[in-house]
Amino acid sequence: MPSVVFLVFRRMRAPLILLIAIYAIAVLGFSLIPGVDAAGRATAPMSFFHAFYFVSYTATTIGFGEIPATFGDAQRMWTTVTIYLAVVGWSFLVFTLLGLAQDRAFQHAIATGRFERQVRRMSEPFYLLCGCGETGAHLLRALDQLRIRCVVVDISPERIEELDLEDLTGDVPAIAGDARSPQLLERAGLTHRMCRGALALTNDDGANLAVAATARLLNADLPVIARAQAPKTAANMTSFDTRHVINPFEKFADYVRLAMREPSCYHLLDWLLALPGTRLRTERTPPRGDWVICGHGRFGSAVRARLAAEGVPTRIVDPDPAVDPGPDVITGVGTEASVLESAGVRHAEGLVAGTDDDITNLAIAVTAREINPEVFLALRQNQAANRRLFQGVEPDLLMVASEIIAHECFALLTAPLLGRFLRVVHGQRDAWARELIAALQKNVGEHAPDLWSVRMDRANAPALVQRLTEAKQRTTLADLMRDPLDRERTLACLPLLMVRADGAEVVLPDPGEELRAMHAVLFASTQAARSRIEFTLRNLNELEYVCTGEDRRGGWLGKWLAGLARRGAARTRAKIPG
Amino acid sequence: MNLEKVIFGFFILLAATLNFGFVLGDIENPVHHHVYELFAAIVVNLVATVLKFGDRTQIGAIHLATSLVAVLQLACAAIVWAWAVHVSGVGMNAEVTSSVVSLSAGALFANVVSVLILIGETLMLRR
Repeated sequence: MPSVVFLVFRRMRAPLILLIAIYAIAVLGFSLIPGVDAAGRATAPMSFFHAFYFVSYTATTIGFGEIPATFGDAQRMWTTVTIYLAVVGWSFLVFTLLGLAQDRAFQHAIATGRFERQVRRMSEPFYLLCGCGETGAHLLRALDQLRIRCVVVDISPERIEELDLEDLTGDVPAIAGDARSPQLLERAGLTHRMCRGALALTNDDGANLAVAATARLLNADLPVIARAQAPKTAANMTSFDTRHVINPFEKFADYVRLAMREPSCYHLLDWLLALPGTRLRTERTPPRGDWVICGHGRFGSAVRARLAAEGVPTRIVDPDPAVDPGPDVITGVGTEASVLESAGVRHAEGLVAGTDDDITNLAIAVTAREINPEVFLALRQNQAANRRLFQGVEPDLLMVASEIIAHECFALLTAPLLGRFLRVVHGQRDAWARELIAALQKNVGEHAPDLWSVRMDRANAPALVQRLTEAKQRTTLADLMRDPLDRERTLACLPLLMVRADGAEVVLPDPGEELRAMHAVLFASTQAARSRIEFTLRNLNELEYVCTGEDRRGGWLGKWLAGLARRGAARTRAKIPG
Repeated sequence: MNLEKVIFGFFILLAATLNFGFVLGDIENPVHHHVYELFAAIVVNLVATVLKFGDRTQIGAIHLATSLVAVLQLACAAIVWAWAVHVSGVGMNAEVTSSVVSLSAGALFANVVSVLILIGETLMLRR
């Protein structure tokens, strides 16, 4: 704000001085020019006080008339001069002000000032989102739905302006600027006490690395999630202790391999990482026969390496292959039927269209389907806007880099333990995943569950900590999963992972597992069940009730209301058969 | 030589000298203190104040503060004068004159500080 005030003052110097000069000349004139009385005799000129009074109302064109006495002609002449001078002076001032308001630098100073104030006053936890392109905007919308606040930095002023048009519920402070600048990141709240993490999601690896490095140096404890397209950047980021490095191409290639080895594990991952409300998708399992990879860039080579690790033979089609020519490498563009034919698409079982151009990928897909309708299609979609086109082709696997990154970030942010659980899933067998999917569908529902983790400490679970440390009473996971309205009912939730205070992991903990302070639990549940469990963790009376059935709610009114609610719940249960 | 610096120094010095000229003389004698001198001092002080706008440095801030003090004191002196002549009608007697002059003497002090800062600032520039 102060910079804006100074800017205004500096620009207003010239018009203000002009105005002072005009007033001075006018007042001086009136204090020198003699007046005339009714008889035509000359009288003394106005005093300074009267002159200043007269000029004050004349220069602002209020015009009270000739005060204190009727003017002589000399005074009238001077009045005319005064009026014109004053109008010029005031107009100059007004035009300078208007010009200032339109000034780019001035508007920028105002916007920056407002942004800084907004960030400084953030009183809720927030994430610093660097880069608000397709990935960032996707993630921002998802976080906004959960009422998680964000501060946005993006290099393009247009994208920042578009944010204003987005239908977001929360207020999102946003600024246009280069995320590589440490000053800008600091202004955007990198060192703010409410900042819970930084997300470097620009499409420039260098900028993402800079954000990771800045965060490490200015706020060492801040978790950073960064996007990296090149392996070198990823290695660099890891050296800066970046909490999670997401390479969309490697990630997708890992998914292809997982889907090939343990299809159910892949389905489970896909479902858990999907945004809340998505149904389980069971796509075709990628075949283990011959694969053709069109486009051998960062994406194609990542997929090829994973397929090779699985012992699946691949052939490459690329206009400018970066590998040594051989029988497996065909130079050409996959959009031509002859090129695809020579690559053996007719007898291949899988095809990857992975160039960085959407229309090329679509053309490859359509041509390949014509030659071989049974081929398994893995498509790369670069622009979110082309979604409809890609849906039309009905690919077996669709890789949208922005969605992969956004879903991964979303899951990691909303449930810190999820990263550990996902690693567990990657190492599991098919049957395990099938059982877990069935259990989730039975307990939580057909839609993607809400994944959330909670650490049993004083901030997140005060009631539980009190019960465990002061009352020293045994409490199990099963107790927590009871409905605080009716403890006979179990909430729609499933604990996926428990991490003990010493760091030991218990995958899919048994409900009888005992809870201790500082344990952390990852739950999959519906949103309603989540809010009930969180309520139980914070309210000692509720916790007492779900653990023992004893109702300690204070006051007769509270007891009466609780009784009503319980009877109501019992009645509805009786009505539903089974 | 920088024209802007010349104008800046000119107005600050002129504000102080005009102020000094008005204050000079017997404090109770209205004949020694002319109203035009007070008028000129006020106008030049106003201009000097506006010239000091928009400087973000510490010295710039003190510069502006001294000018604001001087303008405030001179405006008070002018108001006292106008009140005595036009409102209460006592005219420029010894009491009113001494109060007008002492108020503008206060402004003179602020103007002298301003000039001292200007000199100090100039001496610090070793170019």
